[in-house]
Amino acid sequence: MRPDTVVPSAVPAVEPITPPPATPPHDETVPHTHPEPGVDPHPPLARAGRALRVGIGGPVGSGKTALVAALCRAFADELRLGVVTNDIYTTEDADFLRRAGVLDPARIRAVETGCCPHTAIRDDIGANLDAVDELAEAVGPLDLVLVESGGDNLTATFSRGLVDRQIFVVDVAGGDKVPRKGGPGVTAADLLVINKTDLAPMVGADLAVMDRDARARRGDLPTLFLSIVGDPTATSVADWIRHELAHHAALHPLDVPVGPA
Amino acid sequence: MRALARLVARADGRGGTALVELHGETPLLLRQTPTDGGVATVHLVGGAAGPLAGDDLRLEIEVGPGAAVRVHSVAASIALPGRTGAVSRMAVRAVVHTGATLHWLPEQLVAAAGCAHLAESRIELAADATLWWRDELICGRYGEAPGGAVVHTQVDYAGRPLLRQSLAVGPHAPGWAGPAVLGGAPATGSLLVVDPSQPAEPPTVEGSVARLPLAGGPATLWTATAPDAHTLRTHLTP
Amino acid sequence: MATPSLLLLLADGRFPAGAHAHSGGLEAAVAAGRVTDLASLEAFLAGRLATAGLVGAAFAAAAHRAAVAETVGSAHPARSARPSDPPAGSAGRSAALARLDAELDARTAAPALRAVSRRQGRALLRAGRTIWPDARFADLPQKPGGAHQPLVLGLLCAAAGLSRVETATIAAYGTLTGAASAGVRLLGLDPYQVQALLVGLADACDGTAADAARAADDPPERLPAAAAPLADIHAEIHATWEVRLFAS
Repeated sequence: MRPDTVVPSAVPAVEPITPPPATPPHDETVPHTHPEPGVDPHPPLARAGRALRVGIGGPVGSGKTALVAALCRAFADELRLGVVTNDIYTTEDADFLRRAGVLDPARIRAVETGCCPHTAIRDDIGANLDAVDELAEAVGPLDLVLVESGGDNLTATFSRGLVDRQIFVVDVAGGDKVPRKGGPGVTAADLLVINKTDLAPMVGADLAVMDRDARARRGDLPTLFLSIVGDPTATSVADWIRHELAHHAALHPLDVPVGPA
Repeated sequence: MRALARLVARADGRGGTALVELHGETPLLLRQTPTDGGVATVHLVGGAAGPLAGDDLRLEIEVGPGAAVRVHSVAASIALPGRTGAVSRMAVRAVVHTGATLHWLPEQLVAAAGCAHLAESRIELAADATLWWRDELICGRYGEAPGGAVVHTQVDYAGRPLLRQSLAVGPHAPGWAGPAVLGGAPATGSLLVVDPSQPAEPPTVEGSVARLPLAGGPATLWTATAPDAHTLRTHLTP
Repeated sequence: MATPSLLLLLADGRFPAGAHAHSGGLEAAVAAGRVTDLASLEAFLAGRLATAGLVGAAFAAAAHRAAVAETVGSAHPARSARPSDPPAGSAGRSAALARLDAELDARTAAPALRAVSRRQGRALLRAGRTIWPDARFADLPQKPGGAHQPLVLGLLCAAAGLSRVETATIAAYGTLTGAASAGVRLLGLDPYQVQALLVGLADACDGTAADAARAADDPPERLPAAAAPLADIHAEIHATWEVRLFAS
């Protein structure tokens, strides 16, 4: 993972996890529980027989690692989480995540891809599946495993043999024409995240154009706009994952009881 | 030339080691040399140049329970060409019994131009035996490309395979001097240390020397390549 | 009788057994400045074929032999069983494979290379269990890191109906193509030139496979043990790197 893509000011230091902003970006296309005063907005999720595996792909620099870090913060006290990264991963990166209180390095596995990042997540997935197995062996049962792809191009997608759901991350700085270009990531990912919306005015990207093109390309599949600077726990994406987790738990019922997270 | 030499050591019951058999044939001669502690020290003395292709030399070593033997040689052996089409062979067979120690620390084997040599060692260790076993190979005399040489080492520990390695150099060993095998280094060797009293240490590499804990027993293999015999020796000194 | 297509399928670098992520020691050799161009890549491949290639192919062939042991009598009516033939049946196969596992460990001095071989074995087993569910994988020794790759390959090839020499060929060929392909990616070498280099090594590869297949008739302690000091040294250096592009 390359946390250097995270805007440093958006990362809490060693203090406890920062709560989401009082008025998180709201998107009615995402089913979620509305927060009410005095009520935990996230009732305990049903546990599943095996972890939900969510792939996070997208071009180099689009913010995959920053999104992974944000989701780790969002789920820190809620889910038993593991991360498999296909990106170039240094001990400095691990130290960064530990210092930032984001994730214990024992919950992160790096996979070498032999300069073929798309092969490792699509055509020849054994090393990633091994990494998922090793995580569970090392830290016990997990609820959610995020599989981050190495930075690639718009044609990269995850195999259904590796992940249950996949998120494709593009950013406004890559140009507002990206959704129109399509490619399997943009058209078929279960969730398209258009990241770094805070940069839109600076790079002259038209979010309305991106929204329109994404809808045209993706039909009913959801698209979320995100700025991790303004929302360090990626609330909307985290909510989408909670929703998918509930479905997953229904599909993969728990047959062996597991202890608390 | 054919020769069979035999060395049998037994604990003498007073904390020392007695050589109950010490027998050599030219060119494979054995000499007991002054001993320190309870260890019997023996030097291999080459009684002729070589080995030359066609020579067949055998050495049998048995170290009885509780005995301790150290074997050196007085000079490097230089494998030389001999009869056309023939191979020179030096076979060492060692059995180290329970509680016994064998240190095999001879001088280098030099594979001269045109040689065809096979150095073959088979060692059987009891479960609590201790072994130091050093093989050093110099590929050619100074500025010379070597003939064919194979150094084969086979070690069993407590009836299980511990180490099997055959290093081949020379014209019939494809790629031997290349970047997958020796990378142009003219000297290479290994030191096997089997010591049940020593905890295994993790692998390390310093320069062109690696410390490799083996899978089949309480053993570490030091393996090295070097620009010359002297440097190699500094890498492989226990 | 196996079709040639199955031989091609199992030798194909696109067979999903993780080959794309392994450079066979080339990444470390490149970093050490020992492989820089086509000529040094060719020397690397020749040395690797004669050492790791021969050993891997011989163990794949020996595992294949263990897997088909029960059919020796019927498949070769012309000869009776030899004393060195592995015992038939599951227990015999398990014992033979456990022995091969220990013998291959003894030929792999570097812990990093033992781990890589088992990791690749696990990847191949994952593919094999799905594709040939009836193969004798249950007879593989249960080791923490998985079974060595050549052992899994031998069982897989036997399940696919391939011959022993075909099995050895796939193993030897894999040691060449994985590293060659890594050379294209790491050094930006001309892929046509690298393929030409592989063509030049084809006879050596076939010869290595034939030697390996013959050697599989020998008792396990006599199987080839060709060593390469730099392979051990490179592998242990590579294992300490903070950032690796390849898993080996």
